[in-house]
Parts: sequence; structure tokens; C-alpha cells
Amino acid sequence: MATIDLTVVDDIIREHQSNKQNIIAILQDVQKVFRYLPEEALNHISVKLDMTPAKIYSIATFYENFSLKPKGKYIIRICDGTACHVKHSIPILNALKKKLELDDGKHTSSDMLFTLETVSCLGACGLAPVMMVNDTVHSKVTPEYAEQLIDKIRAEEA
Amino acid sequence: MKITSTKNLRNLKSQYSEALDSLEMRVLVCGGTGCVAGGSVKIYEKIRDLAKEAGVKVCVSLDVHECGGIGIHESACHGFCENGPIVIIKPQDWLYTKVTIDDCEDIVNETIIGKRPVERLFYTNVNGTFDKYHNIPFYEKQKRISLGNCGEADVNSLAEYIARDGYIALANALDNLSGDEICKIVTDAELRGRGGGGYPAGRKWTQVKRQPNFPKYVVCNGDEGDPGAFMDRSLLEGDPHRIIEGMIIAGIAVDAEFGYVYVRAEYPLAVERLKRAIEEAREAGILGDDILGSGKKFDLQVNQGAGAFVCGEGSALTASIEGERGMPRVKPPRTVEAGLFGKPTVLNNVETFANVPNIILNGADAFKSIGTEKSPGTKAFAVTGNVETTGLIEVPMGITMREIVFDICGGIKNGKKFKAVQIGGPSGGCLPEQYLDMPLDFDSLASVGAMIGSGGLVVLDEDTCMVEIARFFMNFTQNESCGKCIPCREGTKRMLEILERIVAGEGREGDIDLLLELGETISVTALCGLGKSAANPVLSTLKYFREEYEAHIRDKRCPAGVCKALAPITIDPEKCKGCSKCAKNCPVNAISGKIKEPFVIDENVCIKCGACVSSCPFGAIIGG
Amino acid sequence: MKGYVIVDGIKTAINDAKNLLEVIRSAGIELPTFCYHSELSTFGACRMCIVEDDRGRIMTSCSTIPYDGMVVYTNTPRLRKYRRNILELLLANHDRDCTTCIKSSRCKLQELALTMGVRDVRFENITEKKPVDRSSPSIVRDPNKCIMCGECVRMCEEVQGVGAICIANRGASIEVVAAYGKPLAESNCVNCGQCRSVCPTGALTIKNDNKDVWDAINDPKKRVIVQIAPAVRVAIGEEFGEAPGTEVMGRLVAALRKMGVDEVYDTTIGADLTVTEETAEFIARVREGKNIPLFTSCCPGWMQFVKTKYPELLPNVSTCRSPMEMFGVVIKEYFKDADKEEDRQTVNVAIMPCTAKKAEAALPEFTTDAGRDVDFVLTTQELCMMIKESGIQFAELSEEAADMPFGLGSGAGVIFGVTGGVTESVIRQVSNAHSKETLRDIAFTPVRGMNGIRELSLEFEGQTLRVAIVNGLKNADMLIKKLKSGEVSYDFIEVMACTGGCIGGAGQPLPQTSEVREARAKGLYGADSVAQIKRSEENPTIETLYNGLLKGKEHILHVPGRH
Repeated sequence: MATIDLTVVDDIIREHQSNKQNIIAILQDVQKVFRYLPEEALNHISVKLDMTPAKIYSIATFYENFSLKPKGKYIIRICDGTACHVKHSIPILNALKKKLELDDGKHTSSDMLFTLETVSCLGACGLAPVMMVNDTVHSKVTPEYAEQLIDKIRAEEA
Repeated sequence: MKITSTKNLRNLKSQYSEALDSLEMRVLVCGGTGCVAGGSVKIYEKIRDLAKEAGVKVCVSLDVHECGGIGIHESACHGFCENGPIVIIKPQDWLYTKVTIDDCEDIVNETIIGKRPVERLFYTNVNGTFDKYHNIPFYEKQKRISLGNCGEADVNSLAEYIARDGYIALANALDNLSGDEICKIVTDAELRGRGGGGYPAGRKWTQVKRQPNFPKYVVCNGDEGDPGAFMDRSLLEGDPHRIIEGMIIAGIAVDAEFGYVYVRAEYPLAVERLKRAIEEAREAGILGDDILGSGKKFDLQVNQGAGAFVCGEGSALTASIEGERGMPRVKPPRTVEAGLFGKPTVLNNVETFANVPNIILNGADAFKSIGTEKSPGTKAFAVTGNVETTGLIEVPMGITMREIVFDICGGIKNGKKFKAVQIGGPSGGCLPEQYLDMPLDFDSLASVGAMIGSGGLVVLDEDTCMVEIARFFMNFTQNESCGKCIPCREGTKRMLEILERIVAGEGREGDIDLLLELGETISVTALCGLGKSAANPVLSTLKYFREEYEAHIRDKRCPAGVCKALAPITIDPEKCKGCSKCAKNCPVNAISGKIKEPFVIDENVCIKCGACVSSCPFGAIIGG
Repeated sequence: MKGYVIVDGIKTAINDAKNLLEVIRSAGIELPTFCYHSELSTFGACRMCIVEDDRGRIMTSCSTIPYDGMVVYTNTPRLRKYRRNILELLLANHDRDCTTCIKSSRCKLQELALTMGVRDVRFENITEKKPVDRSSPSIVRDPNKCIMCGECVRMCEEVQGVGAICIANRGASIEVVAAYGKPLAESNCVNCGQCRSVCPTGALTIKNDNKDVWDAINDPKKRVIVQIAPAVRVAIGEEFGEAPGTEVMGRLVAALRKMGVDEVYDTTIGADLTVTEETAEFIARVREGKNIPLFTSCCPGWMQFVKTKYPELLPNVSTCRSPMEMFGVVIKEYFKDADKEEDRQTVNVAIMPCTAKKAEAALPEFTTDAGRDVDFVLTTQELCMMIKESGIQFAELSEEAADMPFGLGSGAGVIFGVTGGVTESVIRQVSNAHSKETLRDIAFTPVRGMNGIRELSLEFEGQTLRVAIVNGLKNADMLIKKLKSGEVSYDFIEVMACTGGCIGGAGQPLPQTSEVREARAKGLYGADSVAQIKRSEENPTIETLYNGLLKGKEHILHVPGRH
């Protein structure tokens, strides 16, 4: 019994011409829909594109952005590039970890709203330290600012 | 709008130029990632709407039929990101910094309607206030060519790109040049790859041109992963048509009919703008089956990375486009012979392609008149770290580090002392003060064991611990190693382990030798360019700052005072009651003082055993 | 490429070698490698095969194209240092329980560490120990011993076309796993075991069943019957100093008797039964024109492959049990009454060149309430260990004949062990070939040879029947794809999962090179040529069986419900 809507996956595969070559783009789109890569979806792609599940798994685990575990609705990426690192990005990370009750093994908050990640560089070094919430860049972030942002999003979602 | 011939394009160009000239005034609101993060989109909308409400004739997008009025546009990144959001007023060349939504009304009433500057928004530093942005030291020494349109033009307008000679180089190539001739011009210009290695682009193109296998591909490497580098992002966001034009010219030169632009996933705005530009170019007949009516074909696809630094390496990047794990493969065969899908491939980075239209338009000699003999042209650098003004700059090759750090970027922040520049990202090295006057070009840097890399410059002041910086980069490389070859996978892990123990104050005698030995093994035997350069940050800091390593290992001291574990143990005079218990417990007699007065620890004698910390009944001893 | 490379001062001809490593090896220098296998794609990850040229540049020879006039050195101080460092880095992470490791003294890592002079590891092993995957009936995977050379993954994908395992994650967390990191048994693994035959360390090994077999031998209540597959007799000698292909069936029988098994039989009888049944099935299908092509069913790796990947083809697969299972059920039937009388239990042990046979023996269709038809499967390698453990000096054994009534097989049954063997035996039967000339004519068709896909045609009752012989599952996969697209059509298709057929099975001694496989094939064809009986149906034992034990019970030789 399928627990996820595989027709969405079919649409995505079709949009990418059912071409193996586009597997990364397919996985990106699937992740956009489900916020992670459900095993069922991967098995389905494997059949449709005549790729072994192992092959898809090997690709999915190579790239940082793919997740085989469900991610939060808001993906917070703290930049820890050189510029941000020297401008104290780690305290922001620690503050959010505490705020969201996360640890080294847990990256997604229990309410499934937030996933916290670090990223090597967002390329917005002039505005260091920066963080990205989904596709929005926040500049010159302080731990307090980041915490307030969480409260704001939580309030909006409530 | 379909452009059906090169003649048609040239006509359009003059019409668009006229339309542009007919604008009474232009208000350019920066729409680069930095300023967008500062709220510039809302600022742009508000200025536009207020102006319209005030009855101003507003030109939102350039058109042949609608001339005159005030142009209010979103521009690309000016590079002056730290002072964003930025608004530029033309033709006056006024530059407004740190604009907020509350400033919009003044901008409309004073500047747009009253033609007067809002002086409080001018850039100010210790030397005064600057009205025209060309006079700001940050811009004075720059030579913005590939970034020429960035900040000056409407970022969303193909029309304006054409008005500014856009696609004219392509038209010239289609009208007058054979593929071999294009390759020759690029070869004569001695354009060297801006992505790191500095390999001559013309030579690459010529090799691909000669290959008998078809199809051939043109691939643009926009997987700018070096922390501290964002030149490619700015170009892709700010002037996507220039990259497209450069790639089409490459395609015509080598007989390739399809190209891919590989952009990191962390650059959503760049992807969005690039995709839109490709769509526009396709609609205009610039991309597709019949480029400008020439009968030649070329089309482009954007591939988004999925988070893997190693994909910046050529063979890993092509593997990723092919839908594989981005693991570098062994060479030969080389990319020019068997690259993407095993076919001959031109693979250059964003900035390299951005230079191509100018070279075709103005000739090889014009290009070579700038820069140095062996490294002609300009180079974009992203300057970050402890300087007064961080940002994106474009300068002639051969400029010195001193000019960049002190003249353009205003020197070190907070009056601190310069210590080093980390150049070339995790593949590069740290250059100390002695190299401040060395010209920045491919060969000079190579001679001192560094590289331009993609162009990230991280300026480090005296408060930076070089061992910690080395650890930071090694941590990065170790995280980003693809894991394929043993030296890089296992070697970087062990180097990181050693660096971690050194900064934790647990460094051992012999660690420096072990780092050197591992570094050499990795540099020589790793599979790909990234692996081979993985040890550079450690090797270069060891070369120039070895005494810092020794201080950490032997004296258990961090000269910059950064490494927490090595911070000296001190007694808080407020809490100390002068009981002398600590002094009695100190095995090396490093603590002295008078009873009932605060005691002190002699940092030079202390071995940080921590005996005093646990003995103090008042919790007055900190550290250890 | 023609010309010469100067290897350590010795002029060495390039002779179209595909890379510098091959040239250097042809000069008699054994450059160390972990990730280079001549039959797989070049990976270039271990960096052990580095050489230095006359300009001091260092390159990996596996990925360097040699050119005329090239000067290389293979053993300079720098190279030695780097190789030692690489080994030290590998060892630092490795589970170094060498003394108890099943791969001890056959491990490439151990061997190179010894020969390259790594005597000290300057790094602590801080890697967390991962659980060993014992889920598979055939293969044990110990990730703690994996050096990430990737040979297994390339073998599984490039040669076998199965792709059950992959390289997952990246950097220091890179690992070889099945999809989603699940146990091997939950993957599409077909148990062919070829991954283990290229693994340089103890990361992939054969599931060992020696203890169970020893227990059975030592239990007086158990009647231990051993059957020996054809391919075993031409390979096992390699472990005892014989040249590959040396036929040692007689000594093998002697060794097993010394070890204490009750009866020793020859699986060739099972093969003869298979030929008889499968030929009849084939002829019937051809006449009926139904479920054509007919695929063979003797190879358990192939059977698993078709079941998981192409279940829709199952009606086209022969319903015959494999020779091992046919023989297994016959033996159990044969001793049924004796077991009751003597209050003993017959335990069938099969000595196979194959790891997938272990999985086959465990299948429900070969299990009854009385237990499995074949109780234990030991690979050639496991039997070697038992012989060595018993202290038997194999070289000094005198040859002994297998026990009767199941000790005599035909030449047709013997060649089952090599690719094309089943087909050749069926052709002998179908074409009613008797004369030496006809037999020789058959042997000269593409039925013999080592190519991955071979084709021939056969006249039968006025029809021309098209036959394909495939070895290597990747080739089978390709053939099936062509079959489905209508590009090709056949009447009979023999599939063997392993390259070369059973002689190249993953239970055989290592290393398995193409030369070794060819020598083993030659050994089997040699045994056939001296065999008194050439055709399966001429084997008197078969006649006796059909007239006796199997009378009215032929169905037990088949798997019901395959179509």
C-alpha cells in the first residue's frame, strides 16, 4: 500500500523526460514536494527509470541537500564559510540548537517546522554572518535575531 | 520579440540606446543577494509606486516605443554589499547607502522630483562624505569590465543588455568569424581560466575544436563553492546574458550545439535570473535552432547542484550533470577529449565566459592592454574578513594585495594589524605581510605556493589564530572530500585530527612533522585537483607561521588568544580572597601573592594542570 | 600503441597494453593495487600503483596511457614513502583482528603492509565499530574491514548487472551498502558472491557452514552424503599446489572419506537427470510452440535475478530443478526406507563452486516437512578449509572412486560446470549424436568458448532452432532487453550468472583470472573426452532411476508452479 501520492512522483519524472540523466533534478523536485526523499518514492523512480534502488541511494546520499529523513517546513541554513566563521556564526548555530532543542544527531525540531543545517558558504560574505531560511537570505545575523525569527515564524504558523 | 538577423539586432541596439539616452534620470535599486536580504525589493517597489502616485512618468522596463521619463529599475550587485541596500542615481552618479523603506519618500520627493541629492544617504567614512560613487575609494582603483553592467543596468532587461552592446560580439562572430578564428582571438588574448588553475581558455577551445567526435558540449562551472567567494554568484545574478553570450560564442567556436550551466543550489536568485534570461534569449531567437537567423544552433540548460563542494572539480561536475555521484574520475581522458557524456567538452567557469564577449568585441589587444603580460585582463575578487569594506571588486591583474586591502577596502577594521590574506579558498594558502606588494597574477601566486583560485580573499588581522584557520579549512575539506581516493579521504581526516588536538592544547612533539608528511603525501598522490590542494592551507600556514604551531604545541599557548583551551588560567581579583590555597597546590610554583590580597598566576611558568582551579574554594580561578 | 617504455631501466614493449600498469606488470614488476581489476573499469582510488617519471612527476600507472620513449621508475624512495603512508592511513581505520580474520594470509592489505614495511601505525583507530551483516545466506559483509576500493560495487554493477550494493555517503563516512543501508538479504542481491571474489580484504566473505557439517559428520545418527559438483574437481587442486584445471576428483573422494562422510557421490548424475528432463521439456515446448524461448534453470544466481527483475519471464524458465536439487531429492528418496530402518537421518551435503547454492538450498520449494532436500552447501573454499583442518595431505592421497550407485556420470554431465555445457549436453541429446564426428562438430560450434553471449542454431524436426548461451548476468540483462525489444529471438537460452559458468563461481579458489577460468574449462572438457559415456541418457544409472525410484514420480525433479 502506497502511503504517499506516487502520481506526483510520476508527474515529476515526466517533467524530466523520464531520463536517468535528470535524476538529480528529479530528486530535487521530489524533495521539494515531500521535504525529504521517501523510500517509496525512490523505489518508484527506480522502477520507472530502470535504475537500481542502490544506485539512487548512492546518488541521494552523496549530495548534502538530499535527506532521507523528513525535514522541517523551514530549512535554516547557517553559513559557516570563512567570512561568517570569523564573524561568529557558530554562536548563532548554538543559540538555534538550544532554541529548537536539537543536538548533533537531531536536526529537525519535534514540531517538524524547522530543520537546522550548516552550509559551507552562501556567497553573501559581505553581509556576514548570514543565514538562509528556505530561499531567503538574512544578513548580519545575531543569535538574538535568529531566536526572534523562530518566534515570529512559530507565531505565523500557529 | 524575435530577432531574426544580426542586422535586426544591430538596429535594435541603436533603438534601445536611444531609448536609454532619452531617460531623464535613472534610479537603480540594487537587487543583489546582499541588498535583497536588506529589503531592497520592497524599497524598489515603494520608490516606483510613490513616484507613480506623484505623477512622475516612470519607465519600468526599457522599450523602443516608450522613451523619456524616469527609469526606476532593479540593478545587479554593486559589490558594496556591506553598505547595502544601495541605490544609484544616474546620470548624477549619486550613491545612496544603507537605504531603508523610510528613505523612499525623500528619494522620490527630493531626488526624482526635486533633482536634489539626499545627502544623509551618501557614503561616509573617516575621510569624509562621498557624493559620486566613482570617487569612493572602494571604486576608484577598480576596473569593472566583466562586472561592467552590474549596478549600472536594469538586471531584468534583455533590452538594456542589448543597448549596452550585448550580443553584438555574438553578431560579429556570426557575421565575420569562423570557429577557428574565434579560437584564435581567445588564444591571442591569452584569457586564462578564472576558476582556479589559470589554464588558457583559447588552448582549451582549440583542442575541443579539433576533436572529431560529436556532439560537443559547452559547460559553465558555476559551482562556486569556496567559502568566501561570490564572484560567480554576482555575475550570474547580475548579468546572466553576458554568460549566455560567452557560452554561445564558445559553442560556435568549437561546433557545440548544447551547453549546461551548473549552478550551486545555494544560489537560488542566480538560478532564477539565469533561467529567465535563457528563456528571454530563446524567445528572442538568440538561443535555439536558428541563432539570430544564422542557421546555427545552440541551447542551454541550467543544472542545479545539490550540495557538494567537490562538484566544482571538472570531472565531478560533469558526472553530476550526467546524474551520477559527483566523484572525480581519473584522467586521461581529458575533458577536452572525453568530458560530459564522454564527448569533447569546453568547461570554463562563469567569469571566464563573462570575459569572452568583450574580447570578441574589442579584440585581443584591447584585452591584453589591461593586466600583466602573462595574466592579462581583470579579475573579480570577493574581499571579506577583517577589512573596513568587504565586497566584490574587479581589478586589473597584477594589482598588489596592498592596494586591494588598504586602498580599495580601507585597511584593517578597528585599527588592528594586518596578519595575512587567505587566498584561493580551501585550495589556496595564507600569504603573510611580506607578500603584500607582490603582484596578484597566476604565476606570481603559484611561485609562493598560493593560487588565485576562484578569487576569494579573506583578510585576517592580528587577532586571528593561524592554526585555527588551518583547522577551519581542513575541517571544510574533510567534510567536502568525496571519499574516493585514500590519501584525501583518510589523510585529511588524520590531519584534521592532529590540528584539532593542537588547538585543544593536546599537540604532541612530532605533530608538525606528521602534518608535513601527510600534507606532502596528499598533495602528490590525491586523485583530483581538490585533493591535491587540500593540504595547502596547512602547508602554507606552516611555512609562514610555524612559530604559532610551535607555541600551541610546546608552550601550550595561543599567541592570538583565540584557542579557548590554551587561554591562560587567571585569577579573578574580585573573587579571590587571598587564601593561598592555590599557590600551595601549584606544582610549579607559578602562583604568588600576599595573604588576603588577590593572587596572580605567572603565565610563563604555568603548565595549565588545573590543580589551582579545583582547589579554589571561591571559584575565582578561570580557565584550564 | 606500439613502442617501448623504459621501466626501471628495462626496455619494455607496450604491445597495445591499455595502461601503463599493464606494461609494468609485463616487465615482471608486481606493482601493488587495491582497486585495479583488469576486467572492471579503472577507478584510480587507491593510489598504490604510483610511479615516477624521469621529470620527477608522480602518476598512477592504472590511469596513465603509455607512450613510446616514456621513462618510469616504480620503486623510488618517494614512492615507497607515499605507499607506506597510504597503507598506514588504511590500517589506521581497519579492524586489525588479523589473527582471527578468515582472510588472514590471503588479505591484500595484510600482504602489502608486510611487504611495504609498515611496522607502526601512528594514528589511533577512532572509528566506531559497525555491525557485521550476516543476513545473507551466502555472503558475510564486515564493513569494518572495507577499504573502499569499490571493486565489489563495480563487479556487481558492471559484470553482473545486479547493482545490489553501492557506494553511499561521502568523505570519511563513505561506505559500501545495499540500498537504504538495509541488510544484504533485503536487497536485490542474487547471492552470486562475485563481490567477494574481488574483495581484497575480509570485508566480503563466504558464509561459513563448516561447523554444521562437522557436527553432522560427528553425529553417528546422521548419514552424511556428499555430492560434488563438476566445477569443483578442476579448481580445488589450486589450493593444494596443483595447476588450475587439474582434475582431482579421485583425491577429493579420498579426502572426504578420510574426513568421515558416509557416502561420496557425483553431482554429474544430477546433471544427467537435468539434461534428460530439460531436453524433454524443450522438445515438448518446441512442438507445442508454447513458452518459447526456454531459459535454463540450473543456475541459482540467474534464477534469483529473473525472479526479482523479470518475474514476467518465469513461465519461460525451465521447470527443472537444478542438478544439485534433483540429485538431492533423489538421494533423500533413496535413503528414505534405510533411514527408517536404521533410525538414522540422511544429511545431504553439496560441494559447490557457488555461493548462491547456499541460498537455493534454503528456498521453500526445496524444503519439505522432513527438512531441506540439500541440507548444507559448502563451497570449494570451505571444503579446502575442512581438508586442511583435518590435516590431510592432499597431494599424497591416492585416487578413489565415488560410491555406487551414484558415482558414475556422463561426459555431458561433467561439462555442466562450464558455460555452454548445458547447451552442448542438450544438443547431444536432441540431435541424437552418437558418432565421434558429430560430437566433435558440436564442440566446434560457438557452444564452447568464453564470450559473454554466444549464438548458434540447431536443426530439429525440420525447424531451425536458435540458441543463445550467456554468462555473466549483465550479459543476460542485455540479452533480455534485446529480446523484449524484439531485436533478437531465440528458442533456447542458457544462462550462467558467473563469468565462464560454474568454474568461475564465487566459491572457487582465488584469484580468478581469465587464464585460470580457461584452464578449468579445459580440465572439464578433458574429463568429458576421456569419459566412457558421453550422453546423459546413456548413463545406466539414469535408466535404472527412471525404471525404479523415479517411476511415476518424475515430477519430483521439477518445481511446480513456475508457470
